[in-house]
Amino acid sequence: MTTVLTASGMALVVMVFAATLMLTDGLKKTLVETGSPDNVVVIRKGAQTEVQSGVERLQANLVESLPGITIGSEGSRLLSKELVVLINLPKRGSNKPSNVVIRGVSSISLALRPQVRLVEGRMPQPGSSEIMTGSGIARRFQGTGIGEHLRFGMRDWTVVGIFEGGTTGFNSEIWGDVDQLMQAFRRPVYSSMLFRLADSNNFEKLKEQIESDPRLTLEAKREPRYYLDQSEAMSKFLNILGMTLTIIFSLGAIIGAMITMYASVANRVAEIGTLRALGFQRSSILAAFLSEALILGLIGGLAGLFCASFLQLLTISTMNWQSFSELSFSFSLTITTALESIAFSMVMGLAGGLIPALRAGRISIVDALRES
Amino acid sequence: MFMLKYILRNAFRHKLRALLTVTGVAIAILAFGLLRTLVGLWYLGVESSSSTRLVSRNAISLVFSLPISYKERIRQIPGVTRTGAMNWFGGIYISEKNFFPNFAIEPQAFLDLYPEFLLSPEEQKGFLLDRQGAVVGQKLAATYGWKLGDRVILKGTIFPGQWEFVIRGIYRGAQRSTDETQFFFNWDYLNETLRRTIPRRADQAGIYIVGVSNPEKAAEVAQAIDSSFKNSLAETMTETEKAFQLSFVAMTQAIMIAIKIVSYVVIVIIMVVAANTMAMTARERISEYATLKTLGFQWHHIAAAIFGESLFIATLGGVVGILGTFPAALFIEKELSQFFPTFQVTTTTTVLQLSAAILVGATASIFPTWRAATIRIAVGLRRIG
Repeated sequence: MTTVLTASGMALVVMVFAATLMLTDGLKKTLVETGSPDNVVVIRKGAQTEVQSGVERLQANLVESLPGITIGSEGSRLLSKELVVLINLPKRGSNKPSNVVIRGVSSISLALRPQVRLVEGRMPQPGSSEIMTGSGIARRFQGTGIGEHLRFGMRDWTVVGIFEGGTTGFNSEIWGDVDQLMQAFRRPVYSSMLFRLADSNNFEKLKEQIESDPRLTLEAKREPRYYLDQSEAMSKFLNILGMTLTIIFSLGAIIGAMITMYASVANRVAEIGTLRALGFQRSSILAAFLSEALILGLIGGLAGLFCASFLQLLTISTMNWQSFSELSFSFSLTITTALESIAFSMVMGLAGGLIPALRAGRISIVDALRES
Repeated sequence: MFMLKYILRNAFRHKLRALLTVTGVAIAILAFGLLRTLVGLWYLGVESSSSTRLVSRNAISLVFSLPISYKERIRQIPGVTRTGAMNWFGGIYISEKNFFPNFAIEPQAFLDLYPEFLLSPEEQKGFLLDRQGAVVGQKLAATYGWKLGDRVILKGTIFPGQWEFVIRGIYRGAQRSTDETQFFFNWDYLNETLRRTIPRRADQAGIYIVGVSNPEKAAEVAQAIDSSFKNSLAETMTETEKAFQLSFVAMTQAIMIAIKIVSYVVIVIIMVVAANTMAMTARERISEYATLKTLGFQWHHIAAAIFGESLFIATLGGVVGILGTFPAALFIEKELSQFFPTFQVTTTTTVLQLSAAILVGATASIFPTWRAATIRIAVGLRRIG
């Protein structure tokens, strides 16, 4: 029973360790997948997120006229001028309000974002009060399912479609026609622009052109980099928190392992004496107890990893402090994480079992045999 | 009395094991206390809310502002004492790592509506008179070495440009838990600069802080404000300051729940370790318990002995953990003050820590107690060693 208890203690610690790693991976996956490296995001200089940024119409037109932007199949440039604001919506069930990102898009926006697909209904018609919602929003917020209505900006909006963004941040957004939304919110400026580079290597030159133009107070970033920067503070905090907790917990588990190993050594003093008398070396005794501790760690680690893998079924949604928008991500288990967790668990077992094993090795034969 | 002596002697029979268990429990209780304090920090804004203050924001979301013309109309609503415009500025001091909250606020309203920020009369006057004046909290000033009269430059994110301020006041908090890491500057400076540079963004308030004369009437006043702006271009949503702060807390609720769960997992882990210790101890002493039973001790004496020993070790560990929480909290408050403006351990936390230790002690001993108390004498004596 004591073996079971020690192993369970270690399993719990491994679960916390694995959960932290899985969370960071899941977060990174959501944010990085949210961008394509050939896309460039343009926001106002100094703004860190689209919500803080404002791009004047004149500036937007100037950027649109730059060479180096892909020309689409219909002859127009693959450049989308977008509006990003937040609205407060109540959640289904709990009625608690939470901020939701509303993005004013154009017909090109979907083409620029291949990770986003329409799964139900249709695209909103340009010029109408129709919107479409991400599947992450449709499930959790009131009035965001197909056929349902939302009221904001003194107008009623009908949800005509639901899109799926996978684990990207777009899954938690509501999209509508940019001109209609700008009118409804009385915003005369865009928030950002997104365009696709004709030649990916041209990025630096284009960035230089945009940022050094005195008429434009804008900065340009590759899309994945933009989303990565947005999550920096949050992932750093979660990482530090998780690691600190894991360290504290592992101390507890190591102590548990130490107690078990000491007891197992104490119980078998007579056996050790006999083995030594038979001719086994001190180092073999040491190795035997160390392996016992390692196996204890291995069992605990496997059990913990097994339980942690169920976390993959969970989706966490919280607010990203930097962009103020709802962020939904899940835990992602990779081979690296699994291996690291097992290794961690075995190290814990080793740390717990080392001193008792050393003590076992050092007992003199006579004392050991006397103790039976 | 004999029972107590018996328990104490037995607890330290195996010094190393007892020491390890006590250390383990101490670490777990310490972690539990620190985690609970961390969760408490989330609610710092909620705790420092005043029942006589309401917050009025644009009904759509915080991203939208309210016209400055609303100020007079709000002020005229019965029950309102004073009101002032406030904007979240979001400026950066040198680098993004140096985060602290900074706001533009109308100076007279600031002084009237926030009596918990203590300033000397000269500092108050200086803030009122200097357009570029700023009032900062004591802890913030200490972190960056700012003194009265220093020039501080913030890089704007929402309002672009380099903004220069002069420190005109350093406030102390009236209570120990008041946030002393905030930065307030004159709203007129923001507005006049916007009028010159981006006129379409001028004359907008981010939120209105509204003072009410009677906290009981807060809900009525809030409704009165909202209905007077209903169906206008900028509808308002007015709530008590506490509700406003809670809405921020609710947004990161998932993380908080996770931290709370983790703090309980800590206790469970240490329960497992303590149970392990007690199980081992009880198993080794089976023959002793059988001997005691032969001598005439009843099963409840045995039970009390094991239970008492487990409780004693756990409580000892708990006390050590509690004693360690205070220096740890002090250390965090000093060294990591930019992440944690205050890190105060409340009495509730200490009580909970002690209860957790007692719970660990009690649960750890359940199985061994039951086993030892019910064992038949003959079976017990059969086990030698």
